[in-house]
Amino acid sequence: MDLLKSVETEYLRKDIPDFRPGDKVRVHVKVVEGNRERIQLFEGTVIKRRGSGLNETFTVRRVSYGVGVERCFPVHTPRVEKIEVLRKGRVRRAKLYYLRKLSGKASRIRERV
Amino acid sequence: MTKAILGTKVGMTQVFDDTGQVIPVTVIEAGPCLVVQKKTKESDGYNAVQLGFKSIGVNKLNKPSQGHLAKAELKPLRYLQECRVEDPTLYEPGQEIKVDVFAAGDWVDVTGISKGKGFAGVIKRHGMHRGPMKHGSHYHRGAGSLGAKGVARVFRGRKLPGRHGGKCTTIQKLLVVKVDPERNLLLVKGAVPGPKRSLVTVKSSVKA
Repeated sequence: MDLLKSVETEYLRKDIPDFRPGDKVRVHVKVVEGNRERIQLFEGTVIKRRGSGLNETFTVRRVSYGVGVERCFPVHTPRVEKIEVLRKGRVRRAKLYYLRKLSGKASRIRERV
Repeated sequence: MTKAILGTKVGMTQVFDDTGQVIPVTVIEAGPCLVVQKKTKESDGYNAVQLGFKSIGVNKLNKPSQGHLAKAELKPLRYLQECRVEDPTLYEPGQEIKVDVFAAGDWVDVTGISKGKGFAGVIKRHGMHRGPMKHGSHYHRGAGSLGAKGVARVFRGRKLPGRHGGKCTTIQKLLVVKVDPERNLLLVKGAVPGPKRSLVTVKSSVKA
């Protein structure tokens, strides 16, 4: 088992900030257009983190033009340039699926201090 | 040239490639193996080398095996396995084969003993289809018809329930993602037969 871990540690990123479900984040994603690479921003609320080690992923939800958009990223992927934590949220659940049914004022999350 | 090495399956994980794509990989702790015996066309009728892997205590081996290894002046080894090669003169008994015979980008075939499934039905064993589970159906997971009525017997080779798995299985043409000569690790894309810690043989692919 330790051998597996040692293989994974080479790929683990150490520059990942501490963030939890409920936090508002800005994800800097590298996108390839033709042969050009640029950075795209995706801003929203983290609604879940799952998996462990290299397998860990997180899902960011945002409502854009009235349409809910959720994007899932591996935490340690090199495709993500940077993750910025904009606001820490206080939530009582690990998976914020209930946000999907809420909109506007109801979907606000209290700030964690 | 055929390259071969013995190893144990460590388990599966995933890694990222240069473009950031996730690749599922099996980690194999391969080698170092020792050449125990050379078999040549003149003396044995075919060309092969016998590889040994993993040292163990002398008491674990019986006298004939001990003698066989002593002939090559080697310490006791747990596993011995033969591998056909075109030119056995390239090998010498006692020669060490390390994981660096393979490089990232190579295609390999991985052989191992698959996980035993016990007595399995036709759906698991042969991938047959299931019947309806509801709406008054009594035909759920059965094999269905065994053949025509005119020939009042079942033809040989009819796919039926029985022992499944626990057989020697080869997965062909798997990509070597990474080689770590320091820790004797081989990262192969995809799954390989057998449970963790089981013996697997990695050979250069016949399809490459």
